[in-house]
Amino acid sequence: MNSTVFWYVTRASGIVALVLLTVTMVLGLTTTARARARNWPGFAHQELHRRISMLSMVFLAIHILTSVLDTYVHIGWAAIVVPFTSSYSRFWVGMGTVAVDLMAAVFVSSLLRSRMKPGTWRGIHWLAYGCWPVALAHTFGLGTDAGEPWVIALGAACILAVGAALLWRVRVTTRRAAELSLASVESPPVGRHLVTSSAKGVRRGQ
Amino acid sequence: MGNDVSQAPPRSAVHHLLGHPIDLAGHVDAHGPLVVALGHHDQWQQALTASLESSGLTGRGGGGFSSAAKLAMASAHGHGGTLVVNAMEGEPASDKDKVLLSRAPHLVLDGAQFLAAMCRARRIMVCVPVGRDGIAAAVEHAITERSAARYARVSELVVRPPDRFVAGEESALVSWIAAQRALPVFRPDKGTPLRRGKRPVLLHNAETLAHIALIARHGPERFLARGLVEEPGTSLVTLSGAVAQPGVVEVDRGTPLWEIVRRGTPVQPAQALLVGGYGGNWVGPEHFDTPYASISLRTIGASAGVGVIAVLGERSCGVAETAHIARYLAGQSSGQCGPCVFGLPAIADDLALLARGQADRGLMARLARRLDEVNGRGACRHPDGAVSLVRSALAVFAPDVAAHDRGEPCAHWRKPSSLPFPRPMAR
Amino acid sequence: MTAVRISIDPVACEAYGYCAELLPEAIVLDEWGYPIVDGAPLPADLVALARRAVRDCPKRAITLTKKSAH
Repeated sequence: MNSTVFWYVTRASGIVALVLLTVTMVLGLTTTARARARNWPGFAHQELHRRISMLSMVFLAIHILTSVLDTYVHIGWAAIVVPFTSSYSRFWVGMGTVAVDLMAAVFVSSLLRSRMKPGTWRGIHWLAYGCWPVALAHTFGLGTDAGEPWVIALGAACILAVGAALLWRVRVTTRRAAELSLASVESPPVGRHLVTSSAKGVRRGQ
Repeated sequence: MGNDVSQAPPRSAVHHLLGHPIDLAGHVDAHGPLVVALGHHDQWQQALTASLESSGLTGRGGGGFSSAAKLAMASAHGHGGTLVVNAMEGEPASDKDKVLLSRAPHLVLDGAQFLAAMCRARRIMVCVPVGRDGIAAAVEHAITERSAARYARVSELVVRPPDRFVAGEESALVSWIAAQRALPVFRPDKGTPLRRGKRPVLLHNAETLAHIALIARHGPERFLARGLVEEPGTSLVTLSGAVAQPGVVEVDRGTPLWEIVRRGTPVQPAQALLVGGYGGNWVGPEHFDTPYASISLRTIGASAGVGVIAVLGERSCGVAETAHIARYLAGQSSGQCGPCVFGLPAIADDLALLARGQADRGLMARLARRLDEVNGRGACRHPDGAVSLVRSALAVFAPDVAAHDRGEPCAHWRKPSSLPFPRPMAR
Repeated sequence: MTAVRISIDPVACEAYGYCAELLPEAIVLDEWGYPIVDGAPLPADLVALARRAVRDCPKRAITLTKKSAH
């Protein structure tokens, strides 16, 4: 195959994989029990998160395959899973490998979810939080297209999207924790609560 | 005529739990030595199982299951486990297990030894909540006496789980023993055994074990000689409320409720009795002659529960007292299940409004709906008990409830509660 | 004939509500957003949706149990 084709495909699929990974992250961060968008069912949100993550892995696979097959720069097969072993741009390719390893862990753990403790699964899934910035660094560190204005704009948009989703998630989680602790708080001494007005538990809104 | 297990002639020929010597020497004198078969295990096991079965003993921790059946299930679950003496007694209105452990610790521990031998358990854990240091000390003293005299085979120790209402629930207690989290576990199939790691954990209420100790030594006849034919034996009951002499009494099963209450000397005419505990039921005057037995109580929608009878005097407000209990139960939720965490406080709020005479027009319908929705939707029976209590209040105090709902509460709602509640603890 | 029933683990459930969205015929939410199931066997045409609900629940709180009718 013409080497140039691989070179273009690997760069394009890499960008697409990054965008899809970003969308996956945003969908995952905005999956909470509260805050339902009005006409958007929650199960659709969850299923979209899962399907887009699968799609991003498809593009990631294309990206990895074409980058290894391409002869313009040398990246050995081992470098797919073992970080910092490629002779070309050892560090930045290595970062990509780290991202692949983390994504593989998340993927496999989700397949085997029913066989592990919920806490274990959740811990592994949080590796995804590490995976995304590493992938971002890999994209801009390698530098192949990083100078292009549209790529920079894309990168900025990805950072803004994930940042906003993260802030939103933190806010909602702290609010919910406060709500739950208010609902189960020990009430005033039992004799007195009838004479004074009782503290109302906070209801969860719709 | 005892069974093969006992050799020494007994001192008293009547089955009773209270009134025995507290110290080990007196205990052996009264009941004979502890004989647990070392060889011929199967024969001994069968003899003991037969004794328990013909005695008809049922659990005294609230469940009321046949002890023989429970034991048969446990024997199938493997060896080398832990036998837990459940003396948590989270029910504020109940004192029977505390009294039993203070006045007859050796009976309770002997019962545990018999069962531990049956199931080949490796250790006995007596669970006494934090804050009851006097009781723990009494049990520890008894254990020290026993180990000094090399009296019993299986090792005994006292452990101190937290003092919460639900911490004494079976799965919560095992969860604390295994992982220091006293939270009930969702168990749709109650047949699967509770475990600590791979080993089974077998729990029994302290009073049940005391009965077992006597039946194992002297045979079932004395137990059968008391109580009813259909429900033999005795029970410990804690009397509280509008009585001059509150406290623990031992009664024959089947004694009419009012006769039990009379032993505490009621101080005013009673408008209702709370039977079974704060998760139990109110009983109205038309049923005061109901025999204290599961079969009879069931026909009026009540149960013996954990052995509590609280007397509500005429000069109290049934609605307000129910509101107090509901608020207490809401605060005791383990916080794991939405319907309990949110539903019980909401029900308590509704009852508080009702007690104050500030009910809005939709309150009764809303309360009925919430009771339906909360019932049966937790991992444990805590919300179910609260629902049962409130429903019985709405039935037994129906005229009062209607008056309160109209905005005409009785004069007594402001009074402090006549029922026992623990002081709220800092989290 | 095996009856498929919905079972909710109340400790795991955190009221995401996806199950009620997928199976409004069998699951209703209470005023606090938690699912109410009646324990009746599911009609055969809802079983596929029920499996989807099992997969989608972020807390794995909903499961399906099979019991043979005697």
